[in-house]
Amino acid sequence: MVYYLALAALLFAIGLFGVMTRRNAIGILMSLELMFNAANINFVAFNQYLGGNGMAGQLFALFVVVVAAAEATVGLAIVLLIYRNWRGVDADNVSIMKW
Amino acid sequence: MTPYAYIIALLPLFSFLMIVFFLRWKEQVSSLFSISMIVLGWVLSLIVFIETLGRNGAPYESYFYITSFAGINFELGILVDSLTAIMLMVVTTVGACVQIYSVGYMKDDPRYSRFFAYLSLFTFSMLGLVLANNFFMIFIFWELVGLTSYLLISFWFEKKSAADAGKKAFITTRIGDLGFIVGLMMIAFYAGTFNYQGVFAKAAGGQIPAGILTVTAIFVFCGAVGKSAQFPLHVWLPDAMEGPTPVSALIHAATMVAAGVYLVARSMPIFASTADGAMVVATIGLITSFIAASIGLVQNDIKRILAYSTVSQLGYMIMALGLFGHDTALGEESVGYTAGTLHLMTHAFFKGLLFLGAGSVIHAVHTNDIQDMGGLSNKMKITTWTFIIASLSIAGIFPLSGFWSKDEIVATTLHHPVFFIGTLTIAFMTAFYMFRLCFLTFFGKPRDHHRYDHAHESPNVMTYPLVLLAVLSIFAGWWALPWLSHGYSSFVHFGEVKHEGPNYALMLISTIVAVSGITLAYLMYYRRSISAEKAAERFKPIYTFLYNKWYFDELYQKVIIDPIMKIADFMWNFDARVIDGAVNGTAWLTVLWSDIKLWFDVWIVDGAVNGSGWIIRQLGGALRYLQTGSMQFYALFIVVLVVLIAVFKFELVRIDRAWPFLTLVLALGFVALRFYSRLAAERNDGQSGISQEEKS
Repeated sequence: MVYYLALAALLFAIGLFGVMTRRNAIGILMSLELMFNAANINFVAFNQYLGGNGMAGQLFALFVVVVAAAEATVGLAIVLLIYRNWRGVDADNVSIMKW
Repeated sequence: MTPYAYIIALLPLFSFLMIVFFLRWKEQVSSLFSISMIVLGWVLSLIVFIETLGRNGAPYESYFYITSFAGINFELGILVDSLTAIMLMVVTTVGACVQIYSVGYMKDDPRYSRFFAYLSLFTFSMLGLVLANNFFMIFIFWELVGLTSYLLISFWFEKKSAADAGKKAFITTRIGDLGFIVGLMMIAFYAGTFNYQGVFAKAAGGQIPAGILTVTAIFVFCGAVGKSAQFPLHVWLPDAMEGPTPVSALIHAATMVAAGVYLVARSMPIFASTADGAMVVATIGLITSFIAASIGLVQNDIKRILAYSTVSQLGYMIMALGLFGHDTALGEESVGYTAGTLHLMTHAFFKGLLFLGAGSVIHAVHTNDIQDMGGLSNKMKITTWTFIIASLSIAGIFPLSGFWSKDEIVATTLHHPVFFIGTLTIAFMTAFYMFRLCFLTFFGKPRDHHRYDHAHESPNVMTYPLVLLAVLSIFAGWWALPWLSHGYSSFVHFGEVKHEGPNYALMLISTIVAVSGITLAYLMYYRRSISAEKAAERFKPIYTFLYNKWYFDELYQKVIIDPIMKIADFMWNFDARVIDGAVNGTAWLTVLWSDIKLWFDVWIVDGAVNGSGWIIRQLGGALRYLQTGSMQFYALFIVVLVVLIAVFKFELVRIDRAWPFLTLVLALGFVALRFYSRLAAERNDGQSGISQEEKS
């Protein structure tokens, strides 16, 4: 169990680091996927660990995958628009919504 | 016609309204309309008079209720009996003469139409007064008479003396009216009705306690004292001379002063039930008559002499009526009621004539002072002869009207020695001052040649009324000839018809008195065998006393008006200092309190509001820089906070120990943000709107 959790934590940390540090918007999206998957691993692992006959954890993981797909679609659409406006996908440039 | 007698009163009202609203701008039309209305009223009055004669003076009454309050019915109605019928005749006759005369006298006056409107209103008030069938109505018309007399006396209000005289008349009569109101309230309270017949039935039936009845009678008499210018309220009438002369004629003859005598005659059942009350009336009448006659002896203003003569004659009437009430209450025979009302009628004619004649003289010589006249008989034949007829009549010379009515009055006083002597004395004085006036005005040598040269007889429109009134002054009294068995006394009477045969001794005495008065005047002012100046010199204190009218005006000035002025002054000071002070002080306190509240509002309330706004602004100003627009910064923030929450959640660090540290961190962070915001603001100054450009 602890391996699963360690893996998930590692994966989450990598994703978080990616989100924080990547300048490329597509990279950020990819890192986000990593964080989703870390959460998914936790869901599945806890579902197995806690036993019982419920499939809630598994189903949640599936939901997350579906929602992540939708989110990736929206995110990529935004990225596409950013690209069209700024001729690039550098997230640092997209800071017009400040004070 | 009698049931419609109210139309007689409404005609002058109609003419008043027509003149005021429609005819005011057409002077001749106004006067013609007014005169035609009153002449029509005269014709109707004559019909009513004849019908009343036919009923032998039986009262006719018709009325309807207006409203009822506290069990007392307020009625609107007419009562026509012999007294009313005679008064209707007198008022319309004299009123018509005065109006016709005014066409000449008031010619070229700038307020010509208005004068006729007032005259009409005056006539209306007086006719309403004599037609009224209850005390409430008579009071309304009573006040209307007072109002219109005020308007007419001060008709030439540009003259201060005229305006003052109007005020004096109004205020003085108001004092009497106050008593009248109290009397009316007592009548309403004790008799439970205002209707004459109802009140008189109660008074005669002894349903009102005797003491109450006496007081009521005296209070009602107060009204008459004011209106009929009796002592001590007689002072207004001589001043009322300031009005135009036709007005004086109207006031002195038919309206206003006649109202008071009429009231006493009308309320006779009340006075005839209380010997004491009636005695007060008679005494006041005698005192008034004597005072006025004595003042009349030495006056020099033609109208003023006539005014005092009026006061004196009114005193006669009041005295006769009072004595009648007194004698009747004691169950004795008396002719005073007949005498008083007869004298009211005859006096109306000859006094109206005297005033119109005086007006004619004034019109000719433009002065009121008889010392500046003289010899006018050569120039003014009609005026002179009519004036002398009236003077003979008022002096009581056989067989003119005045003789018969005065004779009746003397007969009334026969059983009261004091009154008898007083009456004869007054008759003597009357004859004297009237002929002093006549001789000084019309005979002898002209004393002011300039005025004499310009004198001329008045136009026909003024002399015809004189002639008409002169005829009435001669013959009106013949109705009361003692040889007639169905004369005046069987028409106007109170209680049983009392007819007294001629009393030749009495006639002789009063004739001797009158003739001696005239003779004295003749010797002093025509033959000048007795020097008037020397007589005045000899009796200087008395002369001065009389000349200054017994100092009544000065007395009232000192005793009543000055204290009132003092009180008014004090009140004014009180008002100015204390009340205004209190008001202003309150205002000052309010202003002060408002200032305090203003300060509180500005500094505390607004301070709190602005302060909170300022705090929010400062916070916002600093915290806005947290919104960097960089998504990754936000994410970092979230991570840090999640970590912090986790730290405290699992009590890795206890928050109750860490809060100073946390506060310090927050404060430092805030200060840093502030510092950063300064820099950012300075940097942004040059680049405002840059994001807009970027977007496009």
